[in-house]
Amino acid sequence: MKFDTPATDNPIDQLKIIGKPTDRVDGPLKTSGTAPYAYERHDVVPNQAYGYVVGSAIAKGQIASMDLKEAKAAPGVLAVVTAASAGMLGKGDFNTAKLLGGPEIQHYHQAVALVVAESFEQARSAAALVRVQYTRSKGNFDLAKSLDGAIKPPASFGAEADSRFGDFDAAFASAPVKLDARYTTPDHSHAMMEPHASIASWDGDKLTLWTSNQMIAWSVGDVAKTLGIPKEKVRLVSPYIGGGFGGKLFVRSDAILAALGAKAAGRPVKVALQRPLIINNTTHRPATIQRIRLGATTDGKLTAIGHESWSGDLKGGGPETAVGQTRLLYAAPNRMTAMRLAVLDLPEGNAMRAPGEAPGLMALEIAIDEMAEKLGIDPVAFRILNDTQVDPEKPERPFSQRRLNECLTMGAEKFGWKDRSPKPGLTRDGRWLVGTGVAAAFRNNINEKSAARVRLDRNGMVIVETDMTDIGTGSYTIIAQTAAEMLGVPLTQVEVRLGDSLFPVSAGSGGQWGANSSTAGVYAACMKLRTAIIDKLRFDPADAVFDKGKVRSRGKSIALAKAAASGEIVAEDLMEYGDLGQKFQQSTFGAHFVEAAVDAATGEIRIRRMLAVCAAGRILNPKAARSQVIGAMTMGAGAALMEELAVDKRFGFFVNHDLAGYEVPVHADIPSQEVIFLDEVDPTTSPMKAKGVGELGICGVAAAVANAVYHATGIRVRNYPVTLDKLIDKLPDVA
Amino acid sequence: MSVAAVSVASPSTVVAVPNKAAARPPTARVAFNVNGTAHDLELDTRTTLLDALREHLRLTGTKKGCDHGQCGACTVIVDGRRINSCLSLAVMHDGDMITTIEGLGLPGNLHPMQQAFVVHDGYQCGYCTPGQICSAVAVLDEIKAGIPSHVTADLTGAPTVTRPELRERMSGNICRCGAYSNIVDAIVDVAGGKA
Amino acid sequence: MKSFTFERVDSPAAATMAFTRTPGARFIAGGTNLLDLMKLEIETPGHLIDVSRLGLDKIEPTSDGGVRIGAMVRNTDLAADARIRRDYGLIARALVAGASGQLRNKATTAGNLLQRTRCPYFYDTNQPCNKRKPGSGCAAIAGFSRNHAIVGASDACIATHPSDMAVAMQVLDAAVETVDAAGETRSIGLADLYRAPGNTPQLETVLAPGELITAVTLPKPIGGTHIYHKVRDRASYAFALISVGVVVQRDGSGRVALGGVGYKPWRARSADAELPRGAKAATAVLLADAKATHENAYKLPLVERTLASVLAQAKG
Ligand SMILES: Cc1cc2nc3c(=O)[nH]c(=O)nc-3n(C[C@H](O)[C@H](O)[C@H](O)COP(=O)(O)OP(=O)(O)OC[C@H]3O[C@@H](n4cnc5c(N)ncnc54)[C@H](O)[C@@H]3O)c2cc1C
Ligand code: SF4
Ligand code: FES
Ligand code: FES
Repeated sequence: MKFDTPATDNPIDQLKIIGKPTDRVDGPLKTSGTAPYAYERHDVVPNQAYGYVVGSAIAKGQIASMDLKEAKAAPGVLAVVTAASAGMLGKGDFNTAKLLGGPEIQHYHQAVALVVAESFEQARSAAALVRVQYTRSKGNFDLAKSLDGAIKPPASFGAEADSRFGDFDAAFASAPVKLDARYTTPDHSHAMMEPHASIASWDGDKLTLWTSNQMIAWSVGDVAKTLGIPKEKVRLVSPYIGGGFGGKLFVRSDAILAALGAKAAGRPVKVALQRPLIINNTTHRPATIQRIRLGATTDGKLTAIGHESWSGDLKGGGPETAVGQTRLLYAAPNRMTAMRLAVLDLPEGNAMRAPGEAPGLMALEIAIDEMAEKLGIDPVAFRILNDTQVDPEKPERPFSQRRLNECLTMGAEKFGWKDRSPKPGLTRDGRWLVGTGVAAAFRNNINEKSAARVRLDRNGMVIVETDMTDIGTGSYTIIAQTAAEMLGVPLTQVEVRLGDSLFPVSAGSGGQWGANSSTAGVYAACMKLRTAIIDKLRFDPADAVFDKGKVRSRGKSIALAKAAASGEIVAEDLMEYGDLGQKFQQSTFGAHFVEAAVDAATGEIRIRRMLAVCAAGRILNPKAARSQVIGAMTMGAGAALMEELAVDKRFGFFVNHDLAGYEVPVHADIPSQEVIFLDEVDPTTSPMKAKGVGELGICGVAAAVANAVYHATGIRVRNYPVTLDKLIDKLPDVA
Repeated sequence: MSVAAVSVASPSTVVAVPNKAAARPPTARVAFNVNGTAHDLELDTRTTLLDALREHLRLTGTKKGCDHGQCGACTVIVDGRRINSCLSLAVMHDGDMITTIEGLGLPGNLHPMQQAFVVHDGYQCGYCTPGQICSAVAVLDEIKAGIPSHVTADLTGAPTVTRPELRERMSGNICRCGAYSNIVDAIVDVAGGKA
Repeated sequence: MKSFTFERVDSPAAATMAFTRTPGARFIAGGTNLLDLMKLEIETPGHLIDVSRLGLDKIEPTSDGGVRIGAMVRNTDLAADARIRRDYGLIARALVAGASGQLRNKATTAGNLLQRTRCPYFYDTNQPCNKRKPGSGCAAIAGFSRNHAIVGASDACIATHPSDMAVAMQVLDAAVETVDAAGETRSIGLADLYRAPGNTPQLETVLAPGELITAVTLPKPIGGTHIYHKVRDRASYAFALISVGVVVQRDGSGRVALGGVGYKPWRARSADAELPRGAKAATAVLLADAKATHENAYKLPLVERTLASVLAQAKG
């Protein structure tokens, strides 16, 4: 099915099941610990051995020699895999560095060996016996010192590195009110709770991987490419994923090493990346240095917007696209953006929840706050004043929906914004300085083609199969809701099977495209199934109605099960997209409001209230969507207040590489959170009329926190995370 | 590898005879009770309680998030108290009564806390969830038992079920999906909705 | 983790004897620090002696009006003990500010005192670290040192001791009771338990190999207002950036010790004497010889400000 004209009325609009807050269908499994994650599949294949990964001790250089004698002789050891023993390996299209290093080492903790043994304990202790001699070479680890050598990267995901509109330089130079400030965001780690893990099993030349992966089809391709085997020989199974946030978009070393280990040991092998290895072995959100220039008239109209961002990555990698949102968020007749990329020898940078927008808005939304203050205009009002309903760089292109102003106004109303004092540093509650902050949220909507297969079995059960994944997003539930709505059956009559490369290729989970795209694919398949059922029953397609487990037509009513009595009815289809996404700028919007308290003596910062108002198309399951947003707000709070991978610029690695060193928010950091969704449908996105929310929720949060800290203290911190050491010298004297 | 799981025959781990049988690592016997079932195991002394549960008894509901006491995914209840099973040797649990998430309830017969997590959507990816639920159950008992926390205002008084108390006490269970606010709602619900 | 043999003992004498019998042995109590380090092969004992069931799990009054805390009393139980909460509130406060509920249920009194530093380079066996590998250098001094020591450090090591409980015990003049393999017992003031890093940061305490901690004793209660302020970025489940423990009497006199600033809880009687004159005066004494790195210099003002805040709270 091709979606190339805006959606009109369709069965989804019945909203009997779609749009209702629905408990997750996988809830009982998850809450009882019986949902099977990759490393836990004792059930799928017998005789599993254990692999343990050895990571490189240096950031850049060569392996001079490797001594495996002791490791191989250790009790229980079945095999040791290294680049030297693995034979020719390719590199996946989505990987920048190799997943098994040697002799060349490209980053710290790059895998250099896998030790396979009978037990986990044996594999772990033998791994410590792998002796590696390295020759270090000089690496470049300091982004701030690499700005001069940074180059203009090629376009990525269709976005050019630079954009210009009007005459930024002249407009900025002549603007009566100006801001020119620098902001930094540090490297972030996904830190999902489930480590990357895989079980590999070979059957002749056929490989099956039970793994934890967000993008099945991409990863089948990359496994095949890396191992040099045909795609048809690779099966990936990933029904439950213990969090990904972009860190499991791609094949990682656990999968490749499990496959190589299983080959070498001649039996199935399972590998989970050990936690202290994950941060340097896998990908991270790259740090940025950003310069923002804003020019405005004295009455608060932006006349010039300039945003430049520098980031680094390994050779062959890409930039953190932190200026993307600035091309679309506010009106101004003169604009420029630019991204520059430095080569760094730190571990591979790549997508993490809302890549680009998350760090971009961390900077931009502080800048907007600063500018509002300079102008003496309330920051909510200032944003509203500079709204645009068209793509500011291509004014002929309207937004399909843009209700940012409503998000801001409604949020301000709910949050009690009008009582806020415009001056910072004035509210005190005992030991605490209290302030509030606001930021806009913006994230583009993306539609990806997505296929599904739907079966109606003899018992009237509707079974949906697609390689879509559920990374905590609630895919199982919204797909079940979609099929139930389309076929007029209760949720309990739908079974959803996900995350298997034997199923039709879906959009997968990334870029907040998953919910709308994958359900649209299921919609297409269900449409086909409806036709097949109608045909089978010889009903009139013009008046057939699917309702309450039955199909009705011209006064006749037949149970679905009956239709399949003589055999299962199967339909498969793919949803593809025309150019509506080009004609219209499709984006999601929101507003974040935060109240923060700062200990006047110590500078400790604690968040007291958080509110998000989102406009993101039809919300398919308000319960799970709300969870997506509160989860994203939590991650945003982490980015604001604590998350930073500390770079050792001498040895070239992230030093705080475990969950004690890399702090992410805990329960005590997060207050009760409130989320409001505007009632919205966007007929230009798909028959579901939905968009994404999972990433929108993180966009802008950190800036709202930083702005609240500023409002509490009068101290402006432009380098994230906002921690007490950056406040301590400027806080008021303690009596 | 020596596995003498009494109640769970584990073909995959018993079959293979390591080529260096001579250098077998030291093992020790331990007997404990998990979810009402007695187990008598002979384990490599290095086996953590977590790996004994997950790899030997195949009770994979208890999760390994970090293996270093830094996340809480491995929380189980031992003799009424929650602990991180990753930082505890299995052989040190001789005679102990261990409750894992599977022992609290299974689909069709969920524990009220499990049910409350479903109703309040107190999870997303589900990986931290068993640990959160085991912790939550134990936390309510800790408050009942009068054990103070960092946010208990009056050290000599009895702590009560409040949201700040729950947040502080649940802080050893990290949820990167960020379900915290919903998790606290679920616990408040089970505690009687007073907080 | 290297393989090891394991035995459980049921008396302190059996524990120390087992130690003499087996070279390379270590005591294991809660295991929450030792196992963590063994997994990374930072600790590699060949034999473990389980001392968690020695019967050293009681909290009893002493003849001089103080209290004796068994070495194996769990952190949770110590914090929940009615007498500790009433008379030694600082200890309860420090305990519940540490680690997590799960960890405190396992962690013991002795194990907590003997836990090792959380320096990230100590934890990464690829990196130079004099404490882990004497003579290899200290990666922290010119590296990521935001959490490191500002007092008592040396050119060889700037690690801090991470315990919260020890800070409170230091304020309250605790002593450690031990027994060695020969059956000799001794009592060591907590102040004397820890060794300055000097050129031998690998030697952390004055305990002899195989010397078993049996108890911590506290002198009789001193009254006063007990406040423990642990400063951290994350609101819970995080080690201290710094911490300040005070007991302040009505007349303004009192005691203070700092956590997160040195290789041991940092206390100076001469600083106690300055407390009535305020935070600035007391801090000046406590941090007289302070030496900060670029990354941890913020701890200097932070100590003074936190102490000032705590003293203000004590006044009410
Ligand atoms: C993620 C995490 C966060 C933490 N956060 C904090 C925190 O914020 N504040 C804090 O204070 N602590 C914190 N801790 C540390 C925790 O408090 C310690 O791990 C714990 O107190 C150690 O006690 P244990 O009984 O488990 O010691 P074990 O690990 O059993 O032993 C520690 C050491 O003591 C020795 N030992 C044990 N008993 C005796 C004895 N009787 N005589 C002689 N030697 C003995 C052992 O041989 C070993 O060397 C944290 C730990 C983790 C993992
Ligand atoms: S500070 Fe001490 S523990 Fe840390 S690296 Fe230096 S020597 Fe090692
Ligand atoms: S797995 Fe035990 S605390 Fe993380
Ligand atoms: S539900 Fe995913 S980490 Fe908590």
